[in-house]
Amino acid sequence: MSARDALARRLARRLAHRLAIGAPLAWLALFFVAPALVLLKISFSVSVLGQPPYEPRFDLSAGFAAFLESLRGLSLDSYALILQDDLYLHALLGSLRVAGLSTALALLIAYPLALAMAHAPRSWRPALILLAVAPFWTSFLIRVYAWIMILKDEGLLNRALAASGLLDAPLRLFATEGAVVIGVAYAYLPFAILPIYNALDRQDRTLVEAARDLGASRLRAFWSVAFPLSLPGVFAGALLVFIPACGEVVIPDLLGGPETWMLGRAIWNDFFANRDWPAASAAAALLLLAILAPLIAFERAQMREEESA
Amino acid sequence: MSTLLRVEGVGKSYGATRALENASIEIETGEFFALLGPSGCGKTTLMRVIAGFETPDSGAVFLDGVDVTHAPPHRRPVNLMFQSYALFPHMDVAANVAYPLRRQGLASGLVAQRVRDMLRLVQMDGFEARKPDRLSGGQKARVALARALAAGPRLLLLDEPLAALDRKLREDTQFELMQVQRDLGLSFLVVTHDQSEAMAMAGRIAVMREGRIAQVGAPRDVYERPSSAWVADFIGAANLIPARLRALEAGRAHLESLAGALTARIDAQTGLAPGASALVCVRAQVLRLHATRPVADNVIEGDIVDEIYLGGAVEWRVRIADGGLLRVSAAPHESGVAGRGRRVFVSFAAEAASVLPAAASPA
Repeated sequence: MSARDALARRLARRLAHRLAIGAPLAWLALFFVAPALVLLKISFSVSVLGQPPYEPRFDLSAGFAAFLESLRGLSLDSYALILQDDLYLHALLGSLRVAGLSTALALLIAYPLALAMAHAPRSWRPALILLAVAPFWTSFLIRVYAWIMILKDEGLLNRALAASGLLDAPLRLFATEGAVVIGVAYAYLPFAILPIYNALDRQDRTLVEAARDLGASRLRAFWSVAFPLSLPGVFAGALLVFIPACGEVVIPDLLGGPETWMLGRAIWNDFFANRDWPAASAAAALLLLAILAPLIAFERAQMREEESA
Repeated sequence: MSTLLRVEGVGKSYGATRALENASIEIETGEFFALLGPSGCGKTTLMRVIAGFETPDSGAVFLDGVDVTHAPPHRRPVNLMFQSYALFPHMDVAANVAYPLRRQGLASGLVAQRVRDMLRLVQMDGFEARKPDRLSGGQKARVALARALAAGPRLLLLDEPLAALDRKLREDTQFELMQVQRDLGLSFLVVTHDQSEAMAMAGRIAVMREGRIAQVGAPRDVYERPSSAWVADFIGAANLIPARLRALEAGRAHLESLAGALTARIDAQTGLAPGASALVCVRAQVLRLHATRPVADNVIEGDIVDEIYLGGAVEWRVRIADGGLLRVSAAPHESGVAGRGRRVFVSFAAEAASVLPAAASPA
């Protein structure tokens, strides 16, 4: 083999290596970082009447000096506005409440399911995992619409309750915050099941046997050993439900009532009804920050734990 | 001494696999007992039946005369030191050792006292606040022992307690286990595949094969009077010389082999009659090498084909007239006649050899 061949091969390998790292990075830059930068830029702009409804606009064809000049047009006004606006505070509290309640509900349903999956015969498990994520195979919108059919006054649930004689008057669920909580918990349930299942499945079964051997009943062995060791999975599941729930738009819109006021809806409202793009962008930027910060903190904590283990 | 544990005719199947077949053992109070066998022989299953993790298909388990066959693990005065040690990773050393004490509802002052005592017993005092992932293998073994002992068992089961340790640590830990067992006067049942480990630690050994108990006895009995060729070979290398039984007289058998006439000890239990084919079992250590034909009971002529220096001993392979190889070992200073290719004479005392049935029936 000639030296030139070897060199060419080494270069090709290095190129392939770069591509393997570079492709996902480029993807992230194009579809995540770039839109986020656009959003940030708009959030620092000023709302005006016109198309687009904000200023300044960056026009690179006008030259660098003009670009620098246009930077002076940026302001923090939108951030000041939304931080002072009671409506946004209200929306933030509404989002946190709905996200918190639906996360709790999702975890309560997910944990027993994950536990049953982890203790099912090994040959059943792939099928069970498939079943857990099966709802993702139908449209998100259709599944939320289906909940309207279940929850409305003359819906499935109320008819079943009336037929069983448990209730005289229909239970008012549809167009309440309760309906939103149920809808969000349902929509993100698989995100709660899978990490908990994973944590339980990886557990060393002899630990529970040791607890039993040392005098613990089945229930006590679970609470003192299996459950605490599954908490990282519970925490991951909680984050995976809570984060998208905070920014959820469609479910509160379809299942919620007029009093259900969440951040996603507030942002939507500012964008499309008020045409105040800078304020909506500032709110979105703050929401993004509020979601990323705990996520990064969680990631760091996990890395530290893995290093110390 | 009284019988602490009695396992009676226990059988257990997993699907089509017979893991245990009519297994019976008895363990005395204060005894160090070993279940010894190759992997897959059923020793772990038997241990799990005793611990309460498996319910046998047939047979029964008695502890202090009480039938515990169907009692759950947490209702038995039996504790298990797991092969992986199974320390709770989210609890520190003190909490691990306190775990069985808290399950017994002991007052916290008493718990703390017992934890201190147990950790001192295994020389792990000072490590109370350590998490298990900060302990070495040997330290984990000690904590696991302390935790199992803290539960106050009548019988302690140890599942391959030394398998996870390196060799030097294994010898120390083995010695310490024996000391703890003697000091506390507890009954230990150790499960192992390592015959030297079983022989060093246990007062009695049950050798298991294919779900059955092949032989039970003191290490010396099992080694010197194996009940079958399989046991003889499993417990340290044995020389097995095929022969035909010619005559019997008062515990002695006279046999005819291709390598010459032999005389050996015979147990009445073997049930062999003159004319039957048999194996003469003799250990490498009791064979002697001679340069000239000695005057002795059993003399076999052969050629040295190999000489292996092992530090503490020398081992020779001697090809004899029936085509087989005899393993002979001796201390290096006794190896006067050595040398590859030399013609030698191998002799052994009739008392040092035993006659076993030739049929390769299991157990």
